[in-house]
Amino acid sequence: MTTTLTRTPSATTATTAKRRARRPHTPLDPRPSIPLTLVTGLVLVYTLLPLAWLLINATKDQKGLLGSFGLWFADDFNLWDNVTRTLTYDDGVFVRWLLNTLLYVAAGAGGATVLAVLGGYALAKYDFPGRKAVFAVVIGAVAVPGTALAVPTFLMFSKMGLTNTPWAVIIPSLISPFGLYLMWVFAAEAVPKELLEAARIDGSGELRTFFTIALPLLTPGTVTVLLFSMVATWNNYFLPLIMIKDPDWYPLTLGLNAWNAQAQTAGGEAVFDLIVTGSLLTIVPIVAVFLLLQRYWQSGLAAGSVKE
Amino acid sequence: MRIHTTRRLLGALAVVSALALSATACGSDAADGGSGSAGPKDVAAALAKGGKVTVWAWEPTLKKVAEDFEKKYPKVDVELVNAGTGDKQYTALQNAIAAGSGAPDVAQVEYYALGQFTIAKSVEDLAPYGAQKHALDFTGGPWNAVHQDKSIYALPMDSGPMAFFYNKKVFDKHSIKVPTTWDEYVDAARALHKADPKVFIANDTGDAGATTSLIWQAGGRPYKTDGTDVTVDFGDEGTKKYTATWQKLLDEKLVAPVTSWSDAWYKGLADGSIATLSTGAWMPANLSSGVASASGDWRVAPLPQWTKGAKASAENGGSSLAVPKAAKNKELAYAFTEFATTGAGASSRIAQGAFPATRADLESKAFLDTAFPYFGGQKANQIFAESAKNVGTDWSYLPYQVYANSIFNDTVGKAYVSPTKLTDGLKAWQDASVKYGNDQGFTVNK
Repeated sequence: MTTTLTRTPSATTATTAKRRARRPHTPLDPRPSIPLTLVTGLVLVYTLLPLAWLLINATKDQKGLLGSFGLWFADDFNLWDNVTRTLTYDDGVFVRWLLNTLLYVAAGAGGATVLAVLGGYALAKYDFPGRKAVFAVVIGAVAVPGTALAVPTFLMFSKMGLTNTPWAVIIPSLISPFGLYLMWVFAAEAVPKELLEAARIDGSGELRTFFTIALPLLTPGTVTVLLFSMVATWNNYFLPLIMIKDPDWYPLTLGLNAWNAQAQTAGGEAVFDLIVTGSLLTIVPIVAVFLLLQRYWQSGLAAGSVKE
Repeated sequence: MRIHTTRRLLGALAVVSALALSATACGSDAADGGSGSAGPKDVAAALAKGGKVTVWAWEPTLKKVAEDFEKKYPKVDVELVNAGTGDKQYTALQNAIAAGSGAPDVAQVEYYALGQFTIAKSVEDLAPYGAQKHALDFTGGPWNAVHQDKSIYALPMDSGPMAFFYNKKVFDKHSIKVPTTWDEYVDAARALHKADPKVFIANDTGDAGATTSLIWQAGGRPYKTDGTDVTVDFGDEGTKKYTATWQKLLDEKLVAPVTSWSDAWYKGLADGSIATLSTGAWMPANLSSGVASASGDWRVAPLPQWTKGAKASAENGGSSLAVPKAAKNKELAYAFTEFATTGAGASSRIAQGAFPATRADLESKAFLDTAFPYFGGQKANQIFAESAKNVGTDWSYLPYQVYANSIFNDTVGKAYVSPTKLTDGLKAWQDASVKYGNDQGFTVNK
């Protein structure tokens, strides 16, 4: 015992010293830290565990779901059967919800991105009276959580007779103060004033300058905003919850919750297996989008952080 | 054309005189309800004319009923909307009524929640539409819950006479006798938990519906409502019987700390760690869909009794269809309500596993002789039907029971997680209910 105790520190120092001699650590190549690695590892497990649970449990039928250990497979493999049943249950209402979600994301998040890009560019590159006021309003709007606005929005839409229609979800989704702010900051950095001046001198109109010169430069920022608004709209629950009562217009979030609620009522049919499989199917598109757009938004996040 | 009009007039006259005859002192009630012109003939006319009926309901068996209704009346379009279950839907309904738009034509309302809508006069009195003729079609408990004097605020859709569901496999394994009284139930709870510490006789984390139903069975009548005069009293004999027994279970930790309807609950019912359920007769549908793997393990018995040899029962759950005052097409709404709750609609729902509130179905041989493969071929409906007959009368819920139930866990719930006694918890619930009622303009306990 004593020998180990005395030996260990010296051994560690020896190896560290050896490593240090071989390759000096610089700020760009920091020394590996064991506690930090451990913490990161824990966070990694914590992050991936729910995903693993979801993957594993999507392969079980209801019996296996209730009767077997959550983090391991049941005896039989029902993934394909579950997927088929999820897509066909209740006259294929899941597919309808999926299409609704796609509509809300395409129109809502797509529209929000277009508006954010146009607005952000204009605020960054044009000097006009009231610019400061717009800035204050945007910053103020970022601070107001969407949840707080949901009820007033509902009352307003109710008066306009728009509740229970897709417009009730799409129109509020079009407004993204954070996206606007992001695009503004990004446009200020990514589009050099000199370039725009050169274009103007060459006789290019403002619209042409925007589409042919500014827009390509704005791509990383645009993709970032698009990704953020897509994820936000895809996961949006509260807004559709209060706006939409008709199951035909539900997005996936509400639909899955409705399936879950079925198990909580007298005479209702419990479909836990379909909820788990449905949840898995729900995250697949968003994961795919994230992976596909990753390189754009990574470069987007880094832009403007280094002065060249 | 003229003949048609005359016949319609005569028909309307007949209805009016019939109502005048049936209504003794307060005949004006019927005339005041609705637009004044509403009557069975208008219902028929509305059906012929067609239109759209929006129905808010979470009950899955209504899907088939809606299809059948559309088939029978091709001009009518029924839109079935699942606007959430239980209190979620009531909140949405309340909001839609308050907002003045978006309310459905028909809404599923559980009996315990109906008072909230009748007292606020936000549901239509169905008597002028001819609902009175169904008075004897329904069993006592549900009918009692939907009508007041001459007004009929909803038609009963299903009912939940209570029964005792037990996992026979677990009881057999430990050779424990199925309890017939609540005292035997406590003994069985001890024996089961001792034989296998993982097994509990029941789950309970504080459930307003279950507690009030058992007090009901024990003869307690904590709520009394007369117009806006309300009494809340959890000090009566029936309540004391309930608290004395349940306190033993809590003190000795003999009930599983699992909330009903959670996935842990379904899991417990499936693996036998929750060995019994004392609940409404609608439970078989939930068992066979949610706990399919335990098929054959479960059986049904009459609810344990507070007095040996007695046959008292109570209702747990059950819901009705009501027509909100804000409905756009009330005649069509009534037609659908009537179709879904009586005759062919009721039969179709029973065939899909709903538990009837209609006498004819409850007494039919086909119904009583139905063997449940889930319960090992047992003819469980006989036990349920017997229970329906023995439901204690005079029970009423608060006119704001939805709110009261929502604060159950803040008050009585403490008895489940702290040394607070059930009696004190119920007292706290009573005080909170009294205060809320008075704040809402009721005269409570005065």
